[in-house]
Amino acid sequence: MPVKVSMTVNGKPVAAEVEERTLLVTFIREALRLTGTHVGCDTAQCGACTVHMNGNAVKACNILALQAEGANILTIEGVAATDGTLHPMQEAFREHHALQCGFCTPGMVLSAIDLVKRHPNPTEAVVRAELDGNFCRCTGYHNIVKAILAAAPKVAAMR
Amino acid sequence: MGSTNFIGASVKRKEDYRFLIGAGQYTDDVVPERTSYAVFVRSPHGHAKLRKVDTAKAAKAPGVIAVYTGDDIAKAGVNGLPCGWLITDVNGQPMKEPPYPVLAQGKVRYVGDRVAVVIAETYPQAKDAAELIEVDYEVLPAVTDAAAARNKGAPVIHDIAPDNTCYVWALGDKAKVDEAFKAAAHVTRLEFVNNRLIPNAIEPRAAVGAYSRGDESYTLHVTSQNPHVERLLMTAFVLGLPEHKVRVVAPDVGGGFGSKIYLYGEDVVVTWASRQVNRPVKWTAERMESFTSDAHGRDHVTTAELALDKNGKFLAMRVHTTANLGAYLSTFSSCIPTILYATLLAGQYATPQIYCEVTAVFTNTAPVDAYRGAGRPEAAYVVERLVETAARELKVDPAELRRRNFIRSFPYQTPVALLYDTGNFDATLDAALELGDVAGYAKRKAESAARGKLRGIGYSCYIEACGIAPSNIAGALGARAGLYEAGEVRVHPTGKVTVFTGSHSHGQGHETTFAQVVASRLGIAVEDVDIVHGDTSKIPFGMGTYGSRSLAVGGTAIVKALDKVVAKGKKIAAHLMEAAEADVEFTDGVFKVGGTDKQVPFAQVALTAYVPHNYPLDKLEPGLNENAFYDPTNFTFPAGAYVCEVEVDPDTGKTMIERFVAVDDFGKVINPMIVAGQVHGGLTQGIGQALLEGCRYDAETGQLVTGTMMDYCLPRAGDVPSYQLDTRETPCTHNPLGVKGCGEAGAIGAPPALMNAITDAIGVRDLPMPATAETVWRALAAKQAA
Ligand code: FES
Ligand code: FES
Repeated sequence: MPVKVSMTVNGKPVAAEVEERTLLVTFIREALRLTGTHVGCDTAQCGACTVHMNGNAVKACNILALQAEGANILTIEGVAATDGTLHPMQEAFREHHALQCGFCTPGMVLSAIDLVKRHPNPTEAVVRAELDGNFCRCTGYHNIVKAILAAAPKVAAMR
Repeated sequence: MGSTNFIGASVKRKEDYRFLIGAGQYTDDVVPERTSYAVFVRSPHGHAKLRKVDTAKAAKAPGVIAVYTGDDIAKAGVNGLPCGWLITDVNGQPMKEPPYPVLAQGKVRYVGDRVAVVIAETYPQAKDAAELIEVDYEVLPAVTDAAAARNKGAPVIHDIAPDNTCYVWALGDKAKVDEAFKAAAHVTRLEFVNNRLIPNAIEPRAAVGAYSRGDESYTLHVTSQNPHVERLLMTAFVLGLPEHKVRVVAPDVGGGFGSKIYLYGEDVVVTWASRQVNRPVKWTAERMESFTSDAHGRDHVTTAELALDKNGKFLAMRVHTTANLGAYLSTFSSCIPTILYATLLAGQYATPQIYCEVTAVFTNTAPVDAYRGAGRPEAAYVVERLVETAARELKVDPAELRRRNFIRSFPYQTPVALLYDTGNFDATLDAALELGDVAGYAKRKAESAARGKLRGIGYSCYIEACGIAPSNIAGALGARAGLYEAGEVRVHPTGKVTVFTGSHSHGQGHETTFAQVVASRLGIAVEDVDIVHGDTSKIPFGMGTYGSRSLAVGGTAIVKALDKVVAKGKKIAAHLMEAAEADVEFTDGVFKVGGTDKQVPFAQVALTAYVPHNYPLDKLEPGLNENAFYDPTNFTFPAGAYVCEVEVDPDTGKTMIERFVAVDDFGKVINPMIVAGQVHGGLTQGIGQALLEGCRYDAETGQLVTGTMMDYCLPRAGDVPSYQLDTRETPCTHNPLGVKGCGEAGAIGAPPALMNAITDAIGVRDLPMPATAETVWRALAAKQAA
């Protein structure tokens, strides 16, 4: 049975009728047509679907849209400034070649921002351990780790 | 050249901004108006007869538009999927080529084999309806293991191959090799399995077919590494459609690693069905479908022997391999364990005689085809495990044994068909030993031992053949296609440039690297060059990206087109400067007459070409738009030396990679940042193979046991170290850029280096991959018990 859900996505209020079983990621990709959030698996392993919900990173494939009723959602489309200037984490990914095919990238960036929020001054070991919910098959993680370490002080200083 | 030479510069990638803001356009992001959704019903059995496929209930389910089975496909005259490479066996007979239907006909042969497709208004409706299809299977015994498939009484998978054998193929002079072995002072022999891998690009495969009734044309958006090849195979061989009425678009593609080279049944079905239902039809794989139905990689069982004289000189190598092809012949499957494997068995060494025999078999498993490295990792594993083991047996330093056998004069004709044009194997090995501080290893080992840990070191000196391929040679070896590449350089009136290439980027960064090449040649800014790829309605007919061929072959095609642009530009400039064409030089974006101050910039020549008021119209066409095809004259031979240092915890068997050094010779490097990224990714996949990844089928039922990301262990950030990289440059001698290719090296060189290190650490001769903590712990326990 279709039900109505409403939430705030990237600062804008949105609402839609969806089937109850609709996943948050499906709602974002198909109802809102925000296709920067990706789907890479069906077992909540890959992290390509990572978004922020009320300020915390969540795997959008692993919760229902209904569970996000009233929530504040940030997707990759809302991370850069409104004029298109990259967030320091995005900038660091570019600077350090932390992306190749780009498919894992939105989820990586959102996980990385969340990581730095929890560990403002992380070590390499912390970054590697904290990234265990995000797969990248292209970069071998080397440059992702470098980018996150480089961005951490700048991102931490933003708050 | 000055300010406009971008060769060797780590230019930041042009493609990154769109990916970073979520503006990439991948196939699953494509949703044309009136899209309908396809879900495939797949075999849950490894091997079964299809008694009946009852679609009645599904056809009546809410939202269902159509349901098709193998019978429907057969009635419509849709052919099976072709294999692109014909292998001729030891008796001169063609390989066995069983039909590979897009929807199963009469029988299913692996878990994941496509049985039927449901097309509905929404994806959930299609998925619900697929559950209602009732398939009556008569389950048959399955065989999944390559060696077991040849046993007497093994289940027969295809009638035309009663012994499950596709071919027995051989390369080299067997008699001479056998003779050399008789004369040997020492023989090292190893038996091993090169473990089966599941590629797992993070973007699952997807396809959106759309038929346009108005002009009877089709558009297929698909996750492909080679859209023109996909189109040609699909139109000419499978669907019998006019090629010019089909447009194939491979937009942003989220990683390939080989798995997106092939024409898959799903691509055919959505294209065909879009006309039947007169709506766009979209399919996106769930990850479970990726596991069961993407082409897998590797899966060899090998016995390998190396004969040495008393001075440690290699005399001969003898290799017998059984290769698992899976249930059907995927697009390039047949050439992987043959042409791309046995030809690499010389490695970096002057082994005078090599014989390799390959038996390729069918099993009840997913088709096996090229996966990052494709045959070459299997060859490097054979050579480098053998060499390291021989060194240990002879108590010679493994680096020293390699040096005694390095090829040092080029060009070098190997006994296994390849002609190495150039290389400097001492340079990469010396650099790797230094970067890895091998001199300080003994101290580190003692320090580990003091903490109760086992430290080990391992080397590998790999070589690979890239830049596939001279079409005539490939053709003589059985290729059913040419292997050139095409490029078109379109100079706009303002001097900005768009380049159309047959190569395809699915992470490699061609939009940047190719632009650097173009900008450097034309003396313009990198921002003034755009690279277009992936759309058959725009790009020239090219063969796409695999086997680390894009820059060496595709880049060269672009360079050839650029040469034509410059040659024509000189004519125009000569006219403008009232000089003789022969006196015009082109440097740094400016046409000049030597010894004078006469000059015209590139942009002015471009404008003149399109506004030909003052122009030699009687002798020269207007416009500045050139294309070129390039067919390479040889393969390229990237090579390198890797040193891996591990520490094993004897209590748990867990291996920590303490150092991983990779020194590669890719010839000329255009963008070092991108090249390093390719190596990082390759190394991680190679480490994944050696330490973590292994596809498992249940031997009796053919069930895929490692069918999710929870069961199949992909490397995570915490599983791999930061790498130490360096390069040495011996430019390729036969392409104008001097480049060799870098995409697969890491995946080729890493597994033997890592396995050499672990076996060294725990003091065993051999270990199966993946060397999980359990495997290592058991090996240590067995050693203690012995
Ligand atoms: S799609 Fe959500 S974790 Fe993979
Ligand atoms: S960049 Fe391709 S999966 Fe991470």
